[in-house]
Amino acid sequence: MLRVENLAAGYERGVPIVRGASIEVAPGEVVAILGPNGAGKSTLIRSIAGLVPKFSGRVMLDGLDISGLPAHQVVRHGLAFVPQTENVFGGMTVSDNFALAAAVMPTRERHARIAEMYAFFPGLEERRALLAGRLSGGERQMLAVARALMVRPKLLVLDEASAGLSPKMVGTVFEQLKAIRATGVTILLVEQNVRAALGLSDRAYVLAEGKNRHAGTAAELWNDTAIADLYFGGIAEREALA
Amino acid sequence: MNLQFIVDGLFAGAMIGLGAIGVTLTYSILRFANFAHGEFIAWGAYAALTLTGLIGFLVGHDIAPLGPFSFGWPLLAAGIIAMALTGLLALALDVILFSRLRARGNAIIMVMASFGASLALRSLLEFIFTDEPQYFSREIQIAIPLGGGMRLTPDQLLLFGLAAVLVIAMFLVMSRTTIGRSMRAVSENPTLASVVGVDVERVIRATWLLGGALACAAGIMVGITVQVRPYMGFDLLLPLFAAAILGGIGSMPGAVAGGLIVGLAEAAAVPLVGAGYRGAVAFAVLIAVLIVKPTGLFGLRE
Amino acid sequence: MTFDLLAYAAFFLTNALIFGIICLGLNLQWGQTGLFNVGIAGFVAIGAYTSALLTTPDAPGRFGGFGMPIVVGWLAAALVTGILALVIGALTLRLRSDYLAITTFGVAIAIQLTALNFQRLTGGPFGIAFIPRPFASLQGNALAFDVANFVLVAAVTLIVFVGLERLVRGPWGRVLRSIREDETAAAAIGKNARVYRLQAFVLGSAVMGLAGAVQGHFIGFIAPDNYLSTITFQVWVMLIVGGAGNNRGALLGAVFVWGLWSGSSALTATIFPPDQQARAASLQIVLIGVLLAFILVVRPRGLLAEPATVSRFVGRKSKHEPKIQG
Repeated sequence: MLRVENLAAGYERGVPIVRGASIEVAPGEVVAILGPNGAGKSTLIRSIAGLVPKFSGRVMLDGLDISGLPAHQVVRHGLAFVPQTENVFGGMTVSDNFALAAAVMPTRERHARIAEMYAFFPGLEERRALLAGRLSGGERQMLAVARALMVRPKLLVLDEASAGLSPKMVGTVFEQLKAIRATGVTILLVEQNVRAALGLSDRAYVLAEGKNRHAGTAAELWNDTAIADLYFGGIAEREALA
Repeated sequence: MNLQFIVDGLFAGAMIGLGAIGVTLTYSILRFANFAHGEFIAWGAYAALTLTGLIGFLVGHDIAPLGPFSFGWPLLAAGIIAMALTGLLALALDVILFSRLRARGNAIIMVMASFGASLALRSLLEFIFTDEPQYFSREIQIAIPLGGGMRLTPDQLLLFGLAAVLVIAMFLVMSRTTIGRSMRAVSENPTLASVVGVDVERVIRATWLLGGALACAAGIMVGITVQVRPYMGFDLLLPLFAAAILGGIGSMPGAVAGGLIVGLAEAAAVPLVGAGYRGAVAFAVLIAVLIVKPTGLFGLRE
Repeated sequence: MTFDLLAYAAFFLTNALIFGIICLGLNLQWGQTGLFNVGIAGFVAIGAYTSALLTTPDAPGRFGGFGMPIVVGWLAAALVTGILALVIGALTLRLRSDYLAITTFGVAIAIQLTALNFQRLTGGPFGIAFIPRPFASLQGNALAFDVANFVLVAAVTLIVFVGLERLVRGPWGRVLRSIREDETAAAAIGKNARVYRLQAFVLGSAVMGLAGAVQGHFIGFIAPDNYLSTITFQVWVMLIVGGAGNNRGALLGAVFVWGLWSGSSALTATIFPPDQQARAASLQIVLIGVLLAFILVVRPRGLLAEPATVSRFVGRKSKHEPKIQG
């Protein structure tokens, strides 16, 4: 479904943050992108979403080259992106956030789709008249995900969905993602929370310094001592944390 | 105490408010203070004036004014066309000038450019029409007494009503339509807006069109009740900014409220300090807002 | 004939250098410190009126008539303008930059309105006349008068230039530029950005006030109409054409644009019939406005641009002003 071929990207010409990364995501999969801080994971998926300029390489979505598309058209091709921070419109109500997201869909489908999203995310409906900025962190994250799902995306891309959330909230969010996956949506996520990420994903890539470093199935990477060293200081230390 | 200033103030405030809506929209969506906004007001008035004359010429004979008002249907038709044309003028200015500077992300350069554009536009009006004041009509209007020493001309009443209609229409657009939500979204977070599927370029175009059209309406109001001259927009610039900042940048209700307050303040001050200092009242309001609460009445963010 | 030409050249350059002094003041505020002053005309007016009020003989119905020496007038002009700038700056420099633009714009309007209306202080629309001119005794001889005044103004310009150059190339100037480029970095090294900005604003405004006084005495007569926003605009064009951030560029820009302005004035005067002169003047302004916009788009750093002193890769100024990707 998604193929990223040797992508170089960055905010300023001549200063590439992503220096040749390649990713593949098959339909129905959940794929994670891991790596240390500054590895360029966030820049990579923001570039895929159309927010960061690409210097070379390309991004193919279902056989279509979306490398040159601006963000507002990328979403219309079925790729919905949930940024890490500022991912809802705090100054607008929940229902306005929903209405805006649904505007991408054909008019006759909007009303029904919004109703579906309220059903999928109970708790948001009762808060529909509330300003999104007044929601709790977890509720805001749910709104952000709901907003992305509104357009019936083929591919859902999330940037550190667990950031800033309590361990319990992280669990809830990832349960939601599991349910979303069950509806047939393909998921690509960038994550710092390795445990949660590998618990949900089928496969994962590890990025470092803007390039691919490791790749494999979730199980492979979980048992990989190099990864454990990188993130936890060793497999024993990791288990001690559990 | 003569309460006439309330009528005058609210009327002036309505004109300022219409202009301030455009200023606050431009400020919050395009993120710079557009010093050329006053010229949209002036160009709008001159466009309406010219078109009215043109329609009268094409029709071939004098057209009587409608009812108690000082103008007839040619002005109404001309007004609508002028609003569209002024919206296009604003858009054209963006295409020619502002869009080329936007990519640099430097608001100050854009303000500077708007200052230059404002001077050029104003002087162009002066060149074409000279600085002689012009009038939509020479009809004298009989004012209707309202009680309390207040009087209102039929023109003022109608125009105030039309202004109210425009403001209500804008509210509905901003709160219930997709383009309105998109504009609010871009005003808050342009990056997220594009992620959600909003075409930011389209929102920018809409902002210029709406701002220009509203400015034209304000200009026609001023033109009918006072006069039309090249500096009419520039003279309103400081009150416009004061109103927008008082109301809180990005807030449309704020712009309207701010406009009414500035209008009332100016009208109330004239009996006290004389008409000559009228322009300084807006400045005083501005300073007061910046000292007490820079984010304004309904200010959302700093 | 040559004498006439020389006299005119001296006259021309004197006017150009007066604008040059204003540009030096603006360069300190904008070029070095990044402050956006759209009320230049107001500060120039304050300086002119201060000096005029202190040095002119008594006039009926109007405050003033102290008959002080020209030098006192000029120094007082700089001082008073500086004080006014201190008050305004203290109120507004902490706000975002375009609020400063709007506020200074309002200041200039308020000042112009006061000059126009406060007849007992400023002479109202009639202005103030009989301002003592330097080398007044030479007024009979155009060449001698113009050259003497030119030398005087050139000397003042030189003093201001050298003074500002030293400040700007010294440690104070370095701090200013670091604040301009990246405020958070400047804060990190413990420099109170606000104090430095205020100093630059006050000093720059004082220089503008001085220029206003010099101009008032050169012409011998001032009126509120001299201080419209056209001046503000002319000075900005001069600074941008010459290259913001650069004192030499400021002076060069002033002379160049003044030449352009005078040249186009002369041209329109010959092309247009006398009764159309006002319209011709408007056209001239249109062209200059278009010129400014054109330069901003094509070459905003001007003819003699100053390179950024902090690497452009270190943070982005647009942190404070979110970019719109067009």
